[in-house]
Amino acid sequence: MDKPNPRVPFEPWKDPGAKPYIRLINVTKTFGSFVAVDNISLDIYQREFFSLLGPSGCGKTTLLRMLAGFETPTAGRIEIDGTDMSSVPPYERPVNMMFQSYALFPHMTVEQNVAFGLKQDHIPRPQIAARVEDMLALVQLSSFAKRKPHQLSGGQRQRVALARSLVKKPKMLLLDEPLGALDKKLREQTQFELMNIQEQVGITFVIVTHDQEEAMTVSSRIAVMNHGRIAQVATPSEIYEFPNSRYVAEFIGDVNVFESRIVESAADHVLLRSEDALCDIYVDRSVSAPAGAAAWVAVRPEKFHVSLAPPDGQARNTVAGQVWDIGYLGNLSVYHVRLPSGKKVTATQANLTRLKERPITWDDQVYLSWAADSGVVLVS
Amino acid sequence: MSGPPDERPAAAYLAGVLPGTGHLLHRRLMQSVPPYRWLLAAARRLGVTPRGLVIALPYGFLAAFFLVPFLIVLKISFAEVVIAAPPYTPLFDLVDDGVDFYLSVKLNLATYWSLWTNNLYVIAYLNSVKIAVISTVITLLVGFPISYAMARASEEVRPTLLMLVILPFWTSFLIRVYAWIGILKNEGLLNSFLLWLGVISKPLVILNTDWAVYIGIVYSYLPFMILPLYANLERMDLTLLEAAADLGCRPIKAFWMVTVPLAMPGIIAGCFLVFIPAVGEFVIPDLLGGSDTLMIGKTMWVEFFGNRDWPVSSAVAVVLLLLLIVPIVLFQRQQAKVQEAAR
Ligand SMILES: Nc1ncnc2c1ncn2[C@@H]1O[C@H](COP(=O)(O)OP(=O)(O)OP(=O)(O)O)[C@@H](O)[C@H]1O
Ligand SMILES: [Mg+2]
Repeated sequence: MDKPNPRVPFEPWKDPGAKPYIRLINVTKTFGSFVAVDNISLDIYQREFFSLLGPSGCGKTTLLRMLAGFETPTAGRIEIDGTDMSSVPPYERPVNMMFQSYALFPHMTVEQNVAFGLKQDHIPRPQIAARVEDMLALVQLSSFAKRKPHQLSGGQRQRVALARSLVKKPKMLLLDEPLGALDKKLREQTQFELMNIQEQVGITFVIVTHDQEEAMTVSSRIAVMNHGRIAQVATPSEIYEFPNSRYVAEFIGDVNVFESRIVESAADHVLLRSEDALCDIYVDRSVSAPAGAAAWVAVRPEKFHVSLAPPDGQARNTVAGQVWDIGYLGNLSVYHVRLPSGKKVTATQANLTRLKERPITWDDQVYLSWAADSGVVLVS
Repeated sequence: MSGPPDERPAAAYLAGVLPGTGHLLHRRLMQSVPPYRWLLAAARRLGVTPRGLVIALPYGFLAAFFLVPFLIVLKISFAEVVIAAPPYTPLFDLVDDGVDFYLSVKLNLATYWSLWTNNLYVIAYLNSVKIAVISTVITLLVGFPISYAMARASEEVRPTLLMLVILPFWTSFLIRVYAWIGILKNEGLLNSFLLWLGVISKPLVILNTDWAVYIGIVYSYLPFMILPLYANLERMDLTLLEAAADLGCRPIKAFWMVTVPLAMPGIIAGCFLVFIPAVGEFVIPDLLGGSDTLMIGKTMWVEFFGNRDWPVSSAVAVVLLLLLIVPIVLFQRQQAKVQEAAR
């Protein structure tokens, strides 16, 4: 196993010579007339930690089930490691899945559940016992080895399911909300362990999660899904900083979106006029839309600079409004500001000094300004 | 938060405080029907609670329709045969001959002893158990695939299939068994068909052999195997099979390692539902079996109606019951264990 050089960023998707490990080519899945997965094409590379994010019912589980072989695509093709998977049954795929419903065998003990997959490979007994023991230690269930699933709590069951899917050390692991039922501490530990295991064995992970923070922390790339389609695939920072649509911007993190019209669309900048914000907005990146087109400018709350006085010499990228509510989070203060147009804007400021000379308070007139590289112009 | 706040007083949610129609009826009866009031008062004095009443109901039923008849049969089994009506001696005799005055209790154990020493009965018992075991196994082998197919059929056709399984009950059991004579006899439907096909050159002798008894029992009791098995298999979580496949288990192996163990409660329930009545079966061996097909139910019939030997047939029945109680108790234990596991 060749260890990646830590100094070279792990970005195989940027390397045109890299061979994707999983290829989905125009994959569609319909249930009757309902389209659960809609023409998805996607490449996932070896050793990736690939997250699927999206609202409930957007087709994440269906996508995983097609990779595992439990559903056949209505149209399109899935390749794993260069092999077309359409005629490969689930029990021959180099893939393990952790089910959203856990699917633990109720008539077997925790130990037997975890050992089940190893037994199928005709591994010698002592070796199975050792690996099962290691795995149970990893998920902190050693003392529950002899229990049946119905004698466990939800979180414990989830850990058994995780252990059962991990123990075979497959080439690719599909995890359907693997950590949802765990408490924060155990979740972080398990995340760390997942990353550790990946480093040791070079597993490719495809993980479904509802936890954005989790996705941001562990993923090499994130795919945001919407109604069976992929809205955007990118690294966590790209998804956050450069969402390609309002849907993605609003789905990931908090964002303020100003409805605008493009006034000037140049190669190195865009100038917009926003009736929402009652100001001109300047963004130092080009967009594909021409002048006159409608567009939206997304600004993350932490990109605002909040001040009581209008910023010097900056009329653009500045909105004025009245403080409507303040949330003090210790390290951050959250300001909810109402603009004259009625729009509410959220801004966060790091509490760098202990007390400002004159802290901003309710009903103050404040100015929110942001840099030319902080806004993102969205055309859809 | 959604919806308007609920303005009902909090007390309305307390269980038992809710004023229902039953409660109202009770109040009205209390006021206007004195016997109702007296009955309730008496019941309360005796420690009878509504809960106790509900629990007592099935016990009362069992006592009236099972325990009392059984005690009567038990009593007869200890009597002696006489030519009289009823054809057995009384067990208890109040003797008052002027000198002595006593209650004579005479338990005749010879009947039970004769069951043990007379080969006929022992063989009949063993043969009944043998026939019941073999038929139960065949019923399971036939019933399992049927139940499995039914449970995996599409949801729309399942009720129809279930209906088809239950449909034979619309016709009398006796008539259905009788119909098998027409099918199995030498010049019957089956033999005519096979002869016509040319598979055989002379008719198979099936009727009046043990084969006919097996066919009859399997046919008659198949629904009792299919129904519990179907109920069990239908409930099974199919993602378990996906999980097994995902872990590298082939479908056939997954069937043995996942489906069958999980279907065990259904298999056991079905087997008992077939085995227990099959042991005591009388109609099928009588109509379809040969004269050498010894089964305990038939023996009992002959003793009772042929020989008018009520004590012997009662003893046969008591022993049969004891023989059956063992599997029933085993069955109940298993059920309790399953219920424990299903929690
Ligand atoms: N077997 C099926 N038959 C019909 N419709 C189905 C079937 N499986 C899934 N669907 C539908 O496909 C859509 C996508 O389902 P899927 O389970 O992939 O959602 P999901 O993204 O995993 O949601 P969640 O986050 O709630 O788990 C849903 O609207 C669901 O109702
Ligand atoms: Mg799902």
